[in-house]
Amino acid sequence: MDIKNLKNYLYWLFCQFELITCSYLMEPWEKVLFYTFNIAMLFMVLYTAYIYVSIHISTAFQFCLHLLGNQHENAVSIVK
Amino acid sequence: MLVAVLTYVGYGVLTLFGYLRDFMRQWKIEKCQNATEREEQKDFVPLYQDFENFYTRNLYMRIRDSWNRPICSVPGAKVDMMERVSHDYNWTFTYTGRVIKDIINMGSYNYLGFAQKAGTCQEAAAKVLSQYGAGVCSTRQEMGNLDKHEELEKLVARFLGVESAMAYGMGFATNSMNIPALVGKGCLILSDELNHASLVLGARLSGATIRIFKHNNMQSLEKLLKDAIVHGQPRTRRPWKKILILVEGIYSMEGSIVRLPEVIALKKKYKSYLYLDEAHSIGALGPSGRGVVDYFGLNPEDVDIMMGTFTKSFGAAGGYIGGKKELIDYLRTYSHSAVYATSMSPPVVEQIITSVKCIMGEDGTTVVHVVTKNERKRDIFPVILLKFQWEWTPVSEGKARVQQLAENTRYFRRRLKEMGFIIYGNEDSPVVPLMLYMPAKIGAFGREMLKRNIGVVVVGFPATPIIESRARFCLSAAHTKEMLDRALKEIDEVGDLLQLKYSRHRLVPLLDRPFDETTYEETED
Repeated sequence: MDIKNLKNYLYWLFCQFELITCSYLMEPWEKVLFYTFNIAMLFMVLYTAYIYVSIHISTAFQFCLHLLGNQHENAVSIVK
Repeated sequence: MLVAVLTYVGYGVLTLFGYLRDFMRQWKIEKCQNATEREEQKDFVPLYQDFENFYTRNLYMRIRDSWNRPICSVPGAKVDMMERVSHDYNWTFTYTGRVIKDIINMGSYNYLGFAQKAGTCQEAAAKVLSQYGAGVCSTRQEMGNLDKHEELEKLVARFLGVESAMAYGMGFATNSMNIPALVGKGCLILSDELNHASLVLGARLSGATIRIFKHNNMQSLEKLLKDAIVHGQPRTRRPWKKILILVEGIYSMEGSIVRLPEVIALKKKYKSYLYLDEAHSIGALGPSGRGVVDYFGLNPEDVDIMMGTFTKSFGAAGGYIGGKKELIDYLRTYSHSAVYATSMSPPVVEQIITSVKCIMGEDGTTVVHVVTKNERKRDIFPVILLKFQWEWTPVSEGKARVQQLAENTRYFRRRLKEMGFIIYGNEDSPVVPLMLYMPAKIGAFGREMLKRNIGVVVVGFPATPIIESRARFCLSAAHTKEMLDRALKEIDEVGDLLQLKYSRHRLVPLLDRPFDETTYEETED
């Protein structure tokens, strides 16, 4: 029963997307064009996020560690 | 705020696809089915490149099946419609031959329910048809002045409470042909922002200077009046010959009622004239159905020119102008409509005479009208109170119709607001616009309601601003409570399906705000 409700809910969400972007009014070939464009854009955004965000996070983390590490050494030398 | 952004997104996508289709049509990849110039005229000034034609070609054609639907019965509370399909995306339509029966009619201007095919009005009209025939074959000034017309004009004058009245064959022509007869060059016209096309056309044809004040905004009107009196005509600084204020009783796209007491106070203070167009409000407002003047309880002699139409509440066709005797005698000679237009057809005149007599209560019919007294109490007391108190009073049929319309209006508006839709307009007006905003929902709403056997009118650009498209319901005294309940249930369903319940407050944002506040302060964000 839950699967059926979920499927109905997803279909209703898809209808809302169709209404908001006016693809409800388009002829079938226009819909194909529009959805292809949308899906291509979405795929590119996700791919970029996957590749670049992880590298940026690891680089930023290394940079923070380096900063803290340096500070620690400097503090130790002054105290000495 | 989110709704506004999404509306623009929708229009943006449609515009892009519109450009794509135009490109394909120009390069002959796709067949061009709309009007274009001929080959020989390709180097002339282009005719079809402005925004309105772009809109018509690309946006209007996609949802065109919600308009111009042919009906094949009397447009009463229920109507029959011919079914049509389109195989090439609304460029051409074919009839399947089937007739969809008993569609609840929420779109006809049938406020008092006089659009009937049986009853006293119809019998009287049939008798006059067999007596006088259908055509008049002349203009009013030549041989077209029947005794029926004289009788009608005396009756209308008595109904409105003015000295004299004159009736014309077409409501649009009444406005557009008589305003040029009343004002000319050297006069000033102050007209409301949202006035009807007939008033705008009449004002432009007259050649007077036109200034526009914000909708129902008395500060804006007063500022314009003060400027006009102080500065006079633009270059010569002479005083204006006449200042005419054009307002409507109920604005048909907003459902708002004009602030008549304040307009009359301003008119008297600055000594100008008032032209009141009661197209939708005559018969529909007021305790005795005599229009917006009756609704506010004012003196009809304060309004200089009272204009109205017979199309909406009286179930006929035509318009009238009422006022002082000298004014109407002047119009009989100098109005374009009286000189050149054919006069009204006799059965139509008889329909109006019978319906006006019915509203005034003079035809002697009495109806036992059941009034539920407990509309208020039902909100306060809980479900325990199961039985309503009924009040049985014998009233005349006209009064029963007026009261039924008022009850229907209050009930319908209250239920729609409770459901969470955004409704414009005054609490008492029988015109109920329901906001849709997004372009795809205009088409979707019309089609879904027709699938559920309810006929509604949806409106978009250019009748309304481009982001404020709406569905307009016109209530009628012929709607019973069961019909309204069924309509409300279907509207609720469709509202949930299409996500139309935008209202986040219980207050409704009215369009007529005072001068200093901004219009968008209290809207949904």
